[in-house]
Amino acid sequence: MDLVWDGVREAFRILGTGDRDVWEITLRSLLVSGSATIFSLIIGISIGASLAFRRFPGRNLAVTLVNTGMGLPPVVVGLVVALLLWRSGPLGPLGLIYTPAAMVIAQTLIAAPLVTGFTVAALGSLPAGLRPQLYALGASRLQMLWLVLQEARLPLLAAVMAGFGAAVSEVGASLMVGGNLAGETRVLTTAVVLSAQKGEFAPAIALSIILLLLIFLVNLVLTTVQQRERQS
Amino acid sequence: MSAFSFACDMLRPAYRLGFVTLAGLLLLASACGSSDSLILATTTSTFDSGLLDELVPLFEEQTGFNVKVIAVGTGQALEMGRRGDADVLLVHAPAAEEQFVEEGYGVNRQLVMHNDFIIVGPASDPAELRSVPDAMSALRAIQTLEQTFVSRGDDSGTNKLELSIWAELGYDPTGEGWYLESGQGMGATLQIANQREAYTITDRATYLALLDVLDLEILHEGDPSLLNIYHVMQVNPERSSNVQGESAVAFVDFMLSDEAQAIIAEFGVEKFGQPLFVPDAGLTEADVRER
Repeated sequence: MDLVWDGVREAFRILGTGDRDVWEITLRSLLVSGSATIFSLIIGISIGASLAFRRFPGRNLAVTLVNTGMGLPPVVVGLVVALLLWRSGPLGPLGLIYTPAAMVIAQTLIAAPLVTGFTVAALGSLPAGLRPQLYALGASRLQMLWLVLQEARLPLLAAVMAGFGAAVSEVGASLMVGGNLAGETRVLTTAVVLSAQKGEFAPAIALSIILLLLIFLVNLVLTTVQQRERQS
Repeated sequence: MSAFSFACDMLRPAYRLGFVTLAGLLLLASACGSSDSLILATTTSTFDSGLLDELVPLFEEQTGFNVKVIAVGTGQALEMGRRGDADVLLVHAPAAEEQFVEEGYGVNRQLVMHNDFIIVGPASDPAELRSVPDAMSALRAIQTLEQTFVSRGDDSGTNKLELSIWAELGYDPTGEGWYLESGQGMGATLQIANQREAYTITDRATYLALLDVLDLEILHEGDPSLLNIYHVMQVNPERSSNVQGESAVAFVDFMLSDEAQAIIAEFGVEKFGQPLFVPDAGLTEADVRER
C-alpha cells in the first residue's frame, strides 16, 4: 500500500508544482486528440449524413461496416497506419512516421467510425417529414444539411464526446506510429505506459489523474452545453 | 454498373468532402513532417536505464541533427535496419550483428561499451542459484526444479543470450508451464518476475535502475558468458535511399568521442553508487572478453 500512497502523494506534488514536462505532454494530448476529433467529425458527419438520408443498394452493408468500425481495435489501426507510413511503406516519402501528424491520422481513423455511427443514429431519430418540408420551403441541399445538423446538434454532441474519448484514451496506435518520443510524440497514455515500465509509479499515477481530468472537463463542457440547450 | 460504384455515386458529395479532408490532412501533415531526422533504433536497456536521455540531447545540441530514439529489442532494431526504417543502431547481440554486417546491411560497426548480464530471482532462491558455478548450471537448476522463469521472448539481445544458454544445454523450454514469455521490454519483464517471484536474466543497468521497486536479488553474476557488449553501427545507406548517411556517421563518431565516453563512465554513479556501463571506445571485443 505504501507504493500507492507515495504514488498518489507524489502525483499531487507534480500536479501542484506544475512540472513543465507534464503540462507539455498534456497539451500535446489535447492538441493531437483534439485535431483528430475535428477531422473525424468532418469525415464522420459527411459519411453519416449520406448513410442516414440516402437509399442505395448495399446501404445495410455500409451501416454494418460502420458499426463494426465503432469497435475497431486501435492496435490494428496503428499497425495499418505504421505499415503505410514506414519509410519502406507506400507513403514513406512523406516522412510522417514517428510524428504527431501520424498520431492524428491514426486517431482520426479510430474516431471517425464512432462519429459516423452516432451521426447516423442522431439523424435517423429526426422526424421523417422534416427533409421534404425543408425542400418544399426552398432550401438548397447544403442549407438542408445545415438545418438538419442544427436540429440534431444535441445528439451530435454525443458523437464529439465519443470521438474525443476514443482518440485521447487509445495507446496502442499512438505507440506504434508515434514512437513515444520525449518532447515530440509522447502523450498522456504513452507516457503512463513508459513510467509504469520504468517502475516510476508516481508520475504514472499523476499522468493518469490528468488524463481522467482532461476527459472529465471536455465532457463537462459538452454536457453543460447539451443540458442548457435542452432547457431553453 | 456494379452496386458498389452505384453506392459511391450516391454518396459522392459526402465522399468528396471526406476525401478532400483526408488529402488536406496528409498534405498538412507532410508539411510539418521532418524527413531529415535521424532514427536511432536501440535496445530497451539503454533507454529504460536513462543513459540515452543524457547522450542524445548533447548530440542534438552539438550537431543540430534531430534524433528519434525508438526503443525496441535488438532483433527488432536489426529488422528495422534491414527494411531501411532506421539509420543507426545501438544494439547488444554480437553474433546477430556480425551476420547483419556480413549481409551488407550494416557498416561502420564500433564497440561502444559493455556491462554484464545477471541472473536475478526471489531472495528465498528455491533453486539455490547462489551456489552454482556458472550460468549454464543456473538455468539447469531452474529447469530441473521447474522454478518459474520469465523470458523476454521478444528476440531482444537479452533474449538471444538466454536462448543461446538453453541451446548449449540442448534443451528447449518453450511451452513449459514454468517458462513464461513476457514479450516486453526489460523493465516490464523485471516487474513481472518480481510480482511472480520468478527468476529472470537481465542486464545490470536496467536492474539497478529499477532496484527501488524490485524485491528481486542478484543470485548469479560474473560468468564470462554473461558479458553484455554494445555496438553502434550505421545502416548501410547504399542499400536504401531512405537511409541517412551523414547524420548516422556523426552519431557513431559522437558515441566514440571522449565526451560521450566520459558520460557513459559516469552514468549511474551519482544515483546508484556505481557506474551502469563501462566505456570501451577503441577496444576490440577480444580485449573486453580478456579482462
